[in-house]
Amino acid sequence: MRLPLKSGWLLVLPFLLLVGGLFLGPILNVLWISVTDPAPGFGNYAQLGSSDTLRRILWTTLRVCVICTAFSVILGYSIAYAMVHAAGPAQSRMVGLLLISFWISVLVRTFSWLMLLGRNGVVNSGLEALGIITAPIAFMRNELGVLIGMVHYMVPYAVLPIFAAMQSIDGRVVQASRSLGGSGAQTFWRIYLPLTKPGIVAASLVVFIINLGFYVIPAVLGGGKVLMVAEYISVQVLITLQWGTAAMLAAILLFGVLALMFLMSRFMKLSTVFGGART
Amino acid sequence: MTSPSGSLHLMSLSKRYGSFTAVDNVSLHIEKGEFLTLLGPSGSGKTTLLMMIAGFQDISQGDILLGGVSIAQTPAEKRNFGMVFQGYALFPHMSVHDNIAYPLSVRRRPKAEIDARVAEMLDLVRLNGFAKRLPKELSGGQQQRVALARALCFAPPVLLLDEPLGALDKKLRVEVQAQLKEIHRRVGTTFVYVTHDQEEALSMSDRIVIMQNGRIEQVGTPADLYQHPKTAFAASFLGKSNFLHRDGAVFALRPEKIDLSPEGQGIGANKASGVVLSVTYFGAVLKYQVAVPGIDPIEVDVDAWRAGQVLPEGARVDLTWADSAAVRLSDHSL
Repeated sequence: MRLPLKSGWLLVLPFLLLVGGLFLGPILNVLWISVTDPAPGFGNYAQLGSSDTLRRILWTTLRVCVICTAFSVILGYSIAYAMVHAAGPAQSRMVGLLLISFWISVLVRTFSWLMLLGRNGVVNSGLEALGIITAPIAFMRNELGVLIGMVHYMVPYAVLPIFAAMQSIDGRVVQASRSLGGSGAQTFWRIYLPLTKPGIVAASLVVFIINLGFYVIPAVLGGGKVLMVAEYISVQVLITLQWGTAAMLAAILLFGVLALMFLMSRFMKLSTVFGGART
Repeated sequence: MTSPSGSLHLMSLSKRYGSFTAVDNVSLHIEKGEFLTLLGPSGSGKTTLLMMIAGFQDISQGDILLGGVSIAQTPAEKRNFGMVFQGYALFPHMSVHDNIAYPLSVRRRPKAEIDARVAEMLDLVRLNGFAKRLPKELSGGQQQRVALARALCFAPPVLLLDEPLGALDKKLRVEVQAQLKEIHRRVGTTFVYVTHDQEEALSMSDRIVIMQNGRIEQVGTPADLYQHPKTAFAASFLGKSNFLHRDGAVFALRPEKIDLSPEGQGIGANKASGVVLSVTYFGAVLKYQVAVPGIDPIEVDVDAWRAGQVLPEGARVDLTWADSAAVRLSDHSL
């Protein structure tokens, strides 16, 4: 049964109120604080031009996010490829393992890395015991540590959209390329990779956006040396109580994400990127 | 770029999956320039056989020779066979031009040569002016022609076609059949065509291979197979047949080779009397079902324009046919 348009809106009204009140409201509030605290105006945003600290933090965030996205997507692509080409039961097992990894808390994962790769971690003490190294390798409490932790956390997010894109490829297209004389490499670069591009774009977008807001991993694995935006915001809110600066940084993140999605939408339909029907 | 040889020898080819035999000891010689059709119901092994020729299925036993040289171990991309897939398998992200150019471009031919050849192929399949379109902007019939042009672009010695007309509607299919035959005549490439549609097989092929259960049932020209089926399967899969048991043998008798006349008026070497069970008007023909005591109902086709009067249900009729009309079968298991 089809409802007339008006009563249709009525049905989603509770949901709209919920989204408006609990989601849009706070966001608008943050935007409001960013231009009113401590004094009305764009003083908070002006700090971006004057404060080296802020610029360094934003640069670190951007750098870490880009590197992490690149590694996550490349690793995710390989895993998705293996999954798509695995036989039925093996594929189900791989999907299962992937989903399980979503359920493991980020804290557990982060501290596991510390135990594995820390100064007195399993790897370092093992290598020392074997006499391969004399001093522990600094895997953790630096940018490398943050990257290891973040990539590890983000790979499953990268796998899913790429896996979906790969599954939608008609295997006969690949056979067609081979039958027409395309080598394995040619078939991959000229047929397979372009056809999985929507998946790659979706994965990059998802990973990058989640990365921007990472808090726990940089805080724990960076050992205070890799200060990213999210951690800095929390410091502003909880310790130095400069809510204006914090709100401004949050707004910058929000606008960054929106700008990114707008740019992507210029290049391809977002509906195909996010698994909508292909036209 | 002309091919040295397009003759194929299939030598005792078999394909087994565990205990299941998809292709069972198939031997066949395909002449250069021939239009050969593998005809059979689904599960007859015809597509598996084609995929073995293409190089997408490995061979459990036997050998394939192209111009006398074994290609059994040659990977698909080195066999230089064009292939038209069921559903066409066009590259969705490439224009018509780039699709057709693909086999030349992976062979690193100069651009001028590629462009000239693509124009030639577009001309061959009558798609001039469509070069810049994407596959999704074409109709099914046009996509089918792009697939054909792409597969013929590099002048392969052999073109393999896997039910290429399956997705088209009936009217368009008849049109494309004529075009395919014309293109085959013009390019002179060996065509190996897989279908389950007997009309396609009859109207286009130089020779037809009827397959069932992974084995070759019978090979011959369309007329040969239609007039002289050797097995009950061949007689019933290609056209329709009545089966008569006489003197411990089984004979196939085509419905249109039987004359039907009112009782007492039938004259012929062979005669049977019966009662009309049903009569159906098909425009060009009248199809009668006639009950003859002691055997299965006999189907008779009568040219509608020739039939003076339509004999109604329940009418007593004589069926007559010439000796040559009934073909003795060597194997009558269906």
